[in-house]
Amino acid sequence: MTTTVSIDVASCKTLAPYVLRPPRDARPRAARKTVRKKEMAVEPNDKQALNITMSAHLTAVAERRDVAAFEELFRYYGPRVRAYMARLARDGQLAEELMQETMMAVWNKSAQYSPDKGNVSTWIFTIARNLRIDAYRKANRPGFDPNDPAFVPADTAPADQTLEGMEDAARLHEAMAQLPSEQLQLLKLSFFDEASHGTIAETLGIPLGTVKSRIRLAFAKLRSTLEDKQ
Amino acid sequence: MSIVHHLDDDVLLEYATGTLAEGWSIAVATHLALCPHCRERYELMELTGGALLDTLEPVPASPDSWTALMARLQDETGAQPAAATPAVPPNGGQPVLPEPLRSYVGSDVDGIAWKSLPGAAQFLIPTSDGETMVRLLRIPAGKPVPEHTHRGREFTLVLSGAFSDGEDVFRRGDIEVADSSLMHTPVATPDADCICLAVTDAPLKFKSWMVRMVQPMLGI
Ligand SMILES: [Zn+2]
Repeated sequence: MTTTVSIDVASCKTLAPYVLRPPRDARPRAARKTVRKKEMAVEPNDKQALNITMSAHLTAVAERRDVAAFEELFRYYGPRVRAYMARLARDGQLAEELMQETMMAVWNKSAQYSPDKGNVSTWIFTIARNLRIDAYRKANRPGFDPNDPAFVPADTAPADQTLEGMEDAARLHEAMAQLPSEQLQLLKLSFFDEASHGTIAETLGIPLGTVKSRIRLAFAKLRSTLEDKQ
Repeated sequence: MSIVHHLDDDVLLEYATGTLAEGWSIAVATHLALCPHCRERYELMELTGGALLDTLEPVPASPDSWTALMARLQDETGAQPAAATPAVPPNGGQPVLPEPLRSYVGSDVDGIAWKSLPGAAQFLIPTSDGETMVRLLRIPAGKPVPEHTHRGREFTLVLSGAFSDGEDVFRRGDIEVADSSLMHTPVATPDADCICLAVTDAPLKFKSWMVRMVQPMLGI
């Protein structure tokens, strides 16, 4: 199967169906306060709307090779993926290249995204993470294969996974904001700086056992928030 | 029989964030293939990774970033998204080794060229991480797991048969994560040979650790 796509840069701007969140300063005063106090703005309904919009863009890329939709994804995720890459790359050029690689993979693998798995941010995070492992460790990342005949599927499939995925992501943002700051800090160090828990313990000057128990507490809290929703 | 011995949050998280070296990751990914319980916990961690990506302070892309990307899109529009290729069952049946382990081994269990060890057989699985030793072990029914060092970190994942470790029995899919503080002597249960995946610190690393331990005792 071959699809020819003609790309018209000028038309990309006009089709944008989604207005990106305004820059930080333009947000209402109340929202800015939340940012300072809890380190991040948490507006679950916003997050859910964002997920739904991004999911629609990604589906449009997969189904129609829609360049305008891809630009929306790029405008939102590009700078975030670049920030993620920059946490390990001291060299801004390398972070830019890895971000471009990630966005190319988003374009090329869009057919593998399934809206019933929900969250675009998570899907893009996994692509970026794997590219980062590849770039910095020159190592493979072994992963399981749900199509493998030896794969053991879960007993129950939720009735409406799409909505559930979207709601979960929104609730998760809410739950993360409620975590004690030392637990949130640990999660950020783990995900962004790709530091082993031993290294994190050394950096923070706390015992490894404390790192492990904070991780356990954090995920216990996040899990219970998602389980409580019924 | 469902799995009763699972992975801890901290190991799962190191796998989710990409910190865990390849050798350990093979055991984690293979356990995840067999264990919906841990998979659900793992999915929450990836969801958390996505949520954290949303919270990162954006770093503006280079001014010509989009133009550069567009140029690449135009070059590569011939390249179609790769369709997910369903894995073909080796004999139309259910393999003993799940992915990704089967690909690392190069075949299912009946195709393995076992090398004999005193009291067992092993098959070494090469990795590129330089810090782990990964191998399949086949332990005869009723016999102890050989070369059991009790030093450094050790993941043991059962693929067929079972072993007993004092009071606990480990069956297909069960994983034991041990460190040097755990004194134990796993023994294959008497009904069948036990095949398991064993991941340990690489011998070199282990040796240097040994030297550090021995030095004070020798007074050097
Ligand atoms: Zn498990």
